[in-house]
Amino acid sequence: MAAITSDNHGLRLAARYAVLVLIAVIFIFPLIFMLMSSLKPDQQLLTDTESLRAFLPVGDISLDNYFAAFRRAPVGLFVFNSVLVTGLTVLLSLVVCSLAAFAFVFVDWRGRELVLTLILATLIVPFETIAIPLLLISANLPWIGLEGVTRGWLNSYQVQIVPFVADGLTIFLFVQYFKDLPGELIEAARVEGASWWQIYRRVVMPLAGPVLATAAILKFLAMYNQYLWPLMVVQQERYRPVMVGLQYFFQLNRAWGEIMAYLSLITVPVLAFYLFLQRAFIASIASTGVKG
Amino acid sequence: MSKFTTIAGVLLGSALLSSTAMAQTELSLWYHGAGNEVEAKIINQIVSDFNGSQADWTVKLESFPQAAYNDSVVAGALAGNLPDILDVDGPVMPNWAWSGYMQPLTIDETKIAEFLPGTKGMWDGKLYSIGLWDAAVALVTRKSILEELGLRTPTVDEPWTKDEFMAALDAAKASGKYEFAFDPGMAWTGEWYPYAFSPFLQSFGGDIIDRTSYTTAEGVLNGEAAIEFGNWWQSLFTEGYAPLAQDPADRDSGFANGKYAFSWNGNWAALGTLSAFEDAIFLPAPDFGNGPKIGAASWQFGVSAKSEHPEGASAFIEFALQDKYLTAFSDGIGLIPPTPASAAASINYTADGPMEVFYELSAKQALVRPVTPGYVVAAKVFEKAIADIANGADVGETLDAAVDEIDADIEKNGNYGF
Repeated sequence: MAAITSDNHGLRLAARYAVLVLIAVIFIFPLIFMLMSSLKPDQQLLTDTESLRAFLPVGDISLDNYFAAFRRAPVGLFVFNSVLVTGLTVLLSLVVCSLAAFAFVFVDWRGRELVLTLILATLIVPFETIAIPLLLISANLPWIGLEGVTRGWLNSYQVQIVPFVADGLTIFLFVQYFKDLPGELIEAARVEGASWWQIYRRVVMPLAGPVLATAAILKFLAMYNQYLWPLMVVQQERYRPVMVGLQYFFQLNRAWGEIMAYLSLITVPVLAFYLFLQRAFIASIASTGVKG
Repeated sequence: MSKFTTIAGVLLGSALLSSTAMAQTELSLWYHGAGNEVEAKIINQIVSDFNGSQADWTVKLESFPQAAYNDSVVAGALAGNLPDILDVDGPVMPNWAWSGYMQPLTIDETKIAEFLPGTKGMWDGKLYSIGLWDAAVALVTRKSILEELGLRTPTVDEPWTKDEFMAALDAAKASGKYEFAFDPGMAWTGEWYPYAFSPFLQSFGGDIIDRTSYTTAEGVLNGEAAIEFGNWWQSLFTEGYAPLAQDPADRDSGFANGKYAFSWNGNWAALGTLSAFEDAIFLPAPDFGNGPKIGAASWQFGVSAKSEHPEGASAFIEFALQDKYLTAFSDGIGLIPPTPASAAASINYTADGPMEVFYELSAKQALVRPVTPGYVVAAKVFEKAIADIANGADVGETLDAAVDEIDADIEKNGNYGF
């Protein structure tokens, strides 16, 4: 009887792994296709799409498409711009949104439910509907920089960062997570005479690893994939991010190999960031049920 | 003394140089060609030559990727951040002029007297933009295919009739050698649809907008000729002459791979076709009853309404109209040189050159898309309508709905000033 149970367990485990491997393969195939295609000349790339050769490093393999991509566009500059804008936005967003959520969950003040409801209501407002008012505001805002006080934020990094530092989704994630923290911890700290800032910094945030990872990854993806907003507010190449840069490769006669090479290059920061935070991200999903 | 003289000379020289630099007024130029190395090299050369040719103006170039260009300009206009000089796609120009993004172009018009008609951006009786090239579409095939199928080679003066064209497609289909007889280019959604396919409608006798008044599409987009066009267009797909679904890669390589006998394609793709087949041949558009038609007007230069230095902007544009630059664009990226002299000096468009026929097509068959600010909306409505018809929608109902949508837009915008 025990032997039968063991066999069943082994079979179930094998079947489970088989399904998981199949799902993993389905998800990773586009990435493999992209990477392999980036190594092939256009004619071979297009021919290979009709068979499994599309996923294999076979035929005329070289790094020529990568060299050509760097000749066609300032790839390094675009990646730098995107990483800078995304990184700063994520950092600022984690601070600002967690502080806001802390105030909503732990600090008792009049109207907090109403304000939180209003903030959450912004989740149903598509960005496209506020893009033009935001553009008009951004074009006239003052800024203090090295040249003194200037007017207008167009063609800058700050115009790509500041409007996205606070958002309803990130605040919501922090609020949900903070609500599940034991209230006794906060009460104990208050009794001990800790200030709100000390509670935020020394009690709450050290426990917020999973939600920080989730919020960071979601924000990172949203910011790294920005297209419409930078298109509207950045007319100078030196501030352009990767997604607008992708359009450099869509000429009338498309160079598919270069497109794949560029996509492979700009995927690296995303994968690196995800792998760095993967464990905390999965822990957050498991504990809060947040879907990415 | 000599030391003093040297120092004084250096100081004087520096002062003169800086005063020259101070005297040069900077003009900003937005261009749609980012990512195209050859195009970038030529436009940079023009800017550099212009800046070095005189002391009044210095042009600063900012390039945009083509797919993002129009949206960038519209956003720039909203934010009050337009450059002095911009380039504009020919059919979009009336909209930008009407919207107040552009001002009329004041250049010596004798310099453009010999330019192909499609390169001159006229709106409201005034010149707003001028192109350094034109583009044209032809029916691409191979001499060996024509011989094999026993077909007459059509000429610009004697193009195929509708019956001859359909007989050619039937012969290709019957040969069993091709997956489809005809590749119209369904993968290239967007402006390709009105640019490439509305000339078929015009050749049938219809149009996207009634050009006598520019205030309605009624009667031209849903009249008898348009219905006849719609039925013919739908039959291309229902009767298996052309593929309904096509991915961009197939569009790029399908003809070269022998999948299609005929391809409806532009001069910009002709160099690639010629490298694939030595006997590639570019045929004029068929005549569906109202004369053979192809689209015209490509990218053109104009002056933004915001520019405080239109004389400088115009000086740059006039400078760029030199034949050597027109030829350079043609040789570099296969575009049609707009003047006889620049065509004669080019590699591909000389008499008996491999792409000479495109120049002739531009001169004789080209019809600019409706010159109205409403074109940008009408073009999108037309694109959707013919995609729906290709997918099997009722021709009459679809065209009626398209007319209603175009007319509603025209009415909403006060007839766009007509």
